[in-house]
Amino acid sequence: MITIDWLIPQGSTYAADIDQVIGVIGLIVGFWWLVTQGMFTYLLWEYREKAGVKAAYYTGHEHDLHKWVAYPHYLIILCDVVVIYFAVSVWYNVKQVIPENEDQEIVRVVAQQWAWSFQHPGADGELGTDDDIFTVDELHVQSNRTMIFNLESRDVMHSFSVPVWRIKQDVIPGRIITGWVTPTLEGEFDLQCAEMCGVGHGIMGAKVFVESPEQHANWIAANSGPVASR
Amino acid sequence: MSAPASDPHGHGHGHDDHGHGHHEPTFIEKFVFPTDHKYIGMQYMFTGMAMALFGGFFVYAFRMQLAFPGINVPLYGHVSPLEYNALVTNHGTIMIFWVAMPVLIAAFGNFLIPLMIGADDMVFPRLNRLSYQIFLVSCLVLITSWFVPGGGFGGAWTAYPPLSSNSEYSLTPLGSTLWVVAVALEFAAFLLGGINFITTAMNSRAPGMRAMDVPMIVWMICIASILFMVSVGPLIAGAIMLIFDQQLNTGFFDPRQGGDPVLWQHLFWFFGHPEVYVVLLPATGFVAEVITVFSRKKLFGYQTILYTTIGTGVLSFFVWAHHQFISGIDPRMANVFTVTTVLISIPIAEMMFLYIATLYGGSIRYTTPMLWALGFIATFLIGGVTGIFLGASGADIYFHDTYFVLAHFHYTFFPIAFIGTFTGLTFWFPKMFGRMLNETLGKIHFWGTFISFNCIFMPLFVLGAAGQHRRIYNYNHFPELATPDMQSLRVMATVSLLVLISFQVVFLFNFFYSMFRGPIAPRNPWKSGTLEWTTPTVCPGHGNWPPDQMPTVYRGPYEYSVPGRELDYWPQNEPN
Repeated sequence: MITIDWLIPQGSTYAADIDQVIGVIGLIVGFWWLVTQGMFTYLLWEYREKAGVKAAYYTGHEHDLHKWVAYPHYLIILCDVVVIYFAVSVWYNVKQVIPENEDQEIVRVVAQQWAWSFQHPGADGELGTDDDIFTVDELHVQSNRTMIFNLESRDVMHSFSVPVWRIKQDVIPGRIITGWVTPTLEGEFDLQCAEMCGVGHGIMGAKVFVESPEQHANWIAANSGPVASR
Repeated sequence: MSAPASDPHGHGHGHDDHGHGHHEPTFIEKFVFPTDHKYIGMQYMFTGMAMALFGGFFVYAFRMQLAFPGINVPLYGHVSPLEYNALVTNHGTIMIFWVAMPVLIAAFGNFLIPLMIGADDMVFPRLNRLSYQIFLVSCLVLITSWFVPGGGFGGAWTAYPPLSSNSEYSLTPLGSTLWVVAVALEFAAFLLGGINFITTAMNSRAPGMRAMDVPMIVWMICIASILFMVSVGPLIAGAIMLIFDQQLNTGFFDPRQGGDPVLWQHLFWFFGHPEVYVVLLPATGFVAEVITVFSRKKLFGYQTILYTTIGTGVLSFFVWAHHQFISGIDPRMANVFTVTTVLISIPIAEMMFLYIATLYGGSIRYTTPMLWALGFIATFLIGGVTGIFLGASGADIYFHDTYFVLAHFHYTFFPIAFIGTFTGLTFWFPKMFGRMLNETLGKIHFWGTFISFNCIFMPLFVLGAAGQHRRIYNYNHFPELATPDMQSLRVMATVSLLVLISFQVVFLFNFFYSMFRGPIAPRNPWKSGTLEWTTPTVCPGHGNWPPDQMPTVYRGPYEYSVPGRELDYWPQNEPN
């Protein structure tokens, strides 16, 4: 299967699923592109002007000719069904449902021109208590644990996008939009704002730290408390 | 260089020697305030070309900034983030609304429709003139918006509020309002033009011309005009609301005042997606005319092409939210819009297959217009198939707002706006100016443009797949995007752009030199069967045909290589 993971690593549980949709579509449209472009090139060569040869006269409604257009066309309808099936099933899992398991962490994400603020639960694991950890442009999550994010904006549209996780969700002022991700790859990754948000759109990035359970526990222990960390 | 936007009559000197009708208009009547559809078409074309120079200069400035961040761009200077945003915003706006629309629909629609259906003019010539005048005002308003305090609007061509509706956020208090006003005026201009096209094609056809004898390009422009008229209303309403939000502090799109910013996105894209087909259809119409003439073949499945076009048009009204999958709409809606979007591949693929099938059994002549038409098919195929990735909701989660999207729509819009225009321009140049273009220069221009275009956008597909987002003025702020490999792809795209721009000099030279010095064109240089080549003089005066010689139509437009006939074409107006 062709995937794009040679360009960018897969860093979440659903990254491989999204890459698979891309791969399936890549195979289907790659096949059609080759067939169409190949036929096109062949006709251009075969039917170039030749001395003394007059062009043929077809209306395009002759059945024995039209079937060469019609049958591939039926196959395209079949391919459409395959594309829709893969696209919708992945969409459903990523965007329409939030997995219900015990081991979850909720993070509040606030976007504004031009920074990301994060409110992590502190040592008690509850969001909205005194020991919450507040950070700017730094998101800390534990690998292989589902993170639920609640996105808010203070001013204009922004978009929460972490390419290695393959997740993207616009942030809309006046609403709280909830999504989820289960990171699998530990390390330091880019969070980019993906929606034009003004002069500073080009610098509105943040760092995502995906930590092992021990590292994450240490980070919480070191920063937990009633005072903002940074 | 072509006429600046403020000088609509600067182009006209080439026509003085051509034949006129019975009445001799003054210079001002003829070139500044014409009612002749051909001159109004020319006004639109030269104004569109002048605006393309702005759009091209803007892309040059910001691509230089992306390839070589922070340099002093020659002829421009340092590109600040605020300017970068204004440059990308206005590049997009100009190329779609002030280049593709005026040239493809207004210029060619005006020039071709009466000639191809055998009419003496549009049915509403003065409305036509008013349409151009409003359009010219919209150009001036847009140009003004770049020079007001705060600078031009920089909130992307989609202008999502609250960024576009509130100057505290956009920092362009006047620029954003003038931008919306310009867009709204431009829509008004094309509404007037569209009414004219549809009415003319319905009422002024030559005697004997039945619906299925109408050349495909006329159908395409009429269907495009209908799509435009039906879709633009909501956006004009949205534009007025946006102006109110900006200047009167109403809160249509402001959540703090109970408004909804996503409402704008629905209004914008309800227009924005049909708009793609509004400009696509005329370009495919040019291709239909050109491939039939130069393969000496009847169009393969005329009626099927027509029905797929209408099908595409209808379907295009039900796909708009595929631009908004991740924008906070109800996620369940994405499933519906994925289905409708992927289904649009059915009529469009059928249309492309039929175009390619037209070549079967042909006798193909590789003239410059034919190369452009074939180049359109080859590039638009790539643009079409890459759209499936974006219409499929699951894949769009990743690709949305990356350079993959950008490369995809440039693979549709560049073939439409430039390859399509060059198809039409090189084909109808003899009709417009009575002289022939130079074929060698035309082929150099084609290959230089075609190859460098692909070298610009292929690297951008890779960058997009690697996660590069749009509208970021300097990728050094994102470590994953600042790698030397990705930077070298950006440099490749920019260098290819410079090559592409330099090949346009070949075109401009050929265009203006041939307009005055090219060989005199014969009446029907391509041996085409359609009516525009049957006028008594190559460049007819107002009225197109003398009143006693108006054509009568006896057959369809594409009767090439009819068995049993010695000539391999059969003009529509020749009695049996």
